[in-house]
Amino acid sequence: MSERQEAALVMEGIDKRFPGVHALKGVDLRVEPGQVMGIVGENGAGKSTLIKVLAGAYLPDGGSITVSGEPLQAGGPADSLAAGIAVIYQELSLVPEMSVAENLFLGDMPTRGPLVDQRETRERARRLLARVGLDDLSTGAPVGSLRLGVRQLLEVAKALHRDVRVLVMDEPTSALQSSEVEVLFDVVRGLRGEGISVIYISHHLEEVFEICDAATVMRDGAVVGSRPIGEWTTETLVQAMVNKRLGSLFPSRERDIGEVALEVRDLTLEPSVRGVSFGVREGEILGLAGVVGAGRTETLKTIAGVTPATGGEISVKGRERKVRSVADGLEAGIVYVPEDRGTEGLVYSATINENLILSVLDRISRAGFVDRVRYRDLGQRLRERFGVRASSLRQEAGQLSGGNQQKVVLARAMATEPSVVLLDEPTRGIDVGAKSEIYEHMLKIAVGGGAVVMVSSEFPELLGMADRIVVMRGGRVVGEIAGSEADQEKVLEYATSAAEPGDVDSGGEKG
Amino acid sequence: MSEQSTAGEEQRQGQAPQEGTGKRGARGILARFLSGTGPILGAWLLLCVVLAAIAPNFLEFDNITQIVVQSAVIGIAAVGMTFVIITAGIDLSVGSVVALTGMLAGISMQGGAPGFVGILVALGVGFLIGCFNGFSTTFFGITPFIVTLAVLSMARGLTLAVSSGQTVYGFPASFTFVGQAELLGVSLLVWLTLATFAIGYLVLSHTVFGHQVYAIGGNREAARLAGIPVRRVSFLVYAIAGLCAGLSAVALTSQLNSALPSAAEGLELQVIAAVVIGGTSLFGGRGNMVGTLIGVLLIGTLNNGLTLLNVPPFWVQFVQGVVIFLAVLIDALNRRR
Repeated sequence: MSERQEAALVMEGIDKRFPGVHALKGVDLRVEPGQVMGIVGENGAGKSTLIKVLAGAYLPDGGSITVSGEPLQAGGPADSLAAGIAVIYQELSLVPEMSVAENLFLGDMPTRGPLVDQRETRERARRLLARVGLDDLSTGAPVGSLRLGVRQLLEVAKALHRDVRVLVMDEPTSALQSSEVEVLFDVVRGLRGEGISVIYISHHLEEVFEICDAATVMRDGAVVGSRPIGEWTTETLVQAMVNKRLGSLFPSRERDIGEVALEVRDLTLEPSVRGVSFGVREGEILGLAGVVGAGRTETLKTIAGVTPATGGEISVKGRERKVRSVADGLEAGIVYVPEDRGTEGLVYSATINENLILSVLDRISRAGFVDRVRYRDLGQRLRERFGVRASSLRQEAGQLSGGNQQKVVLARAMATEPSVVLLDEPTRGIDVGAKSEIYEHMLKIAVGGGAVVMVSSEFPELLGMADRIVVMRGGRVVGEIAGSEADQEKVLEYATSAAEPGDVDSGGEKG
Repeated sequence: MSEQSTAGEEQRQGQAPQEGTGKRGARGILARFLSGTGPILGAWLLLCVVLAAIAPNFLEFDNITQIVVQSAVIGIAAVGMTFVIITAGIDLSVGSVVALTGMLAGISMQGGAPGFVGILVALGVGFLIGCFNGFSTTFFGITPFIVTLAVLSMARGLTLAVSSGQTVYGFPASFTFVGQAELLGVSLLVWLTLATFAIGYLVLSHTVFGHQVYAIGGNREAARLAGIPVRRVSFLVYAIAGLCAGLSAVALTSQLNSALPSAAEGLELQVIAAVVIGGTSLFGGRGNMVGTLIGVLLIGTLNNGLTLLNVPPFWVQFVQGVVIFLAVLIDALNRRR
């Protein structure tokens, strides 16, 4: 990289640890003024953590940040803002009930004396809106009435209102239509022309190639490559993203693929699940692929009764089941293992033992009273079977490392003796060692005749574990690939293709 | 150092559902006790020692009876409140519900109903109001704070309306014996309170329902995803609190042999204070009945001591407020750790 001009942003040796996870391992990043820097990497690679450090939301454990030659005293969000760093998160931060102008100047309205200067507000809002191509937008319109694409641009305008030097955009196109994406790209090019640097985070590699001047690849909390875009190809980018070392992590074993264990037909829950059909057999591991927002998690939750379907059929072992609640799902032999252990998986304040038996309290009780001996015995058995490492079963679940937490959630699910196991991002945010243990357990479930459906955004995991991959996009099944024929490009092609789902020849839709 | 970490670990477990004493032996039991309900028990004993030293009459039999009887009303209601708060809920209506159920029981007995009918009226109405609280929060999704605040006002208003603001008094002996009779030389109210606590302890720590209460308070969504009937359990918790308020009204009304329209005003705060002082977290998921019992005794003793020392009533309320604040502060600090 050139040293001639002063870089807009230099991050050096940024280090961040969470309990059980080394999230950032000495990350270096350099962004030139007026450069659009793409950051790519699988989920869990450390992109989000890096942004949060940049935004001041996380305090790094080590390393330094320099903005236009000035060291940033990383202290909090206000310091980052003052240094000219603005971050637009995936979840937009606009207030729907307030007007466009009010949102733009939130907490910082132009005033005359004690009153808001309405005319000045309008004038300045118009100038800002013009910079993001929203010349025609009424400054008084409530933000809640605007389309998502327009709101995204509004976020950009809001960032520009502060004297921004580095604008970070996290998956800005995940909710946009293709025409809106073009508008956004034009705006990004305009910012580049003004000398503003943009950090662009995306799962969509084709977007990165279209809009970015350079791309940085992250993997397992470290930067594995940072080059001008011309020196990358899709292949080299993907290769850098995918941890080749992980290849050996995936266990494989001969399995008997048996009868159809789960079959869903036209499963519907608007707006995320739109007529999904597929089947899984006993002993089979099915991967559910797609980009963020494709409806994969929602599909699993609908099958399990967490969010009951409004239409379609669910059959387990050839028998149609009505799944109106989680209890119905468990009764039918379907269990869902959620993605987020903290908010959906574990009761942190309760002990490991308590978490392990939560779904089978009925089985270890007599006349409503919990049998203490069976309670402890079952907890002990599950702990041993899943290799949960803890000082005691009475330790609180919240104190465990990510990997051990995941084992507890998995063990609880398996305690229900299900025939269908739905795993949502089963290894997100856990260390490599724990990952391989989880893979081993998945395989054991399959070898034991269980049917596994796994949602994963990590390609090596999908390709390494799944016998078959069903690809979703926009709430529909858009393709199906046999595990032996699957590679990342094929999956990505289905998952991100601009063609409408209906245009794609889909084996999955025929069920 | 290892001693310290062991104690710390035990403390965090001290308030989870009971799982037996484990294998650490006497030292482990002691460590758990010291870090669980130990400190609050110590604080209570210390308070007793101080009051015995400086307050005249504190250790006299009549005074101790007085403490226990006052504690009965708070304590019985606190058993129900413990369930509610462990689910991360709150019930502000208990004071008014005690007044209303006591008043309705009183009116029914003045109309000639026998004592057991009066008791059933109090329990039944309390239960129904609890069901109303539970239904509104779980099925309409209204914040418990708001629902029970509204019910606080409604129940108090109804009490005044049905009594025309007049005190109702003079009940049959088949009712007043609850608050006035003795068993084995100890007031029946004491036995009633202990029995309520014992049942509350059994249900909370040893039944499927109790385990579900903890899980819901600790993480509602995780509990739902684990297949726990979150709505049903949340509903029942308020019904139990209502039932306990009704029983608390029986204790109060039978002991006074009269039902006052202004009875139990502000009782909810004392009940909540007792529960929180006893180690139950307002954030949910943590707490236990033994702690609540000691919390109740501490509040009762504090009230009594301040009266004995002739502290003006305004300051009594102030001191109670300070104690509540300290308990909540400790809860918040524990949570942050």
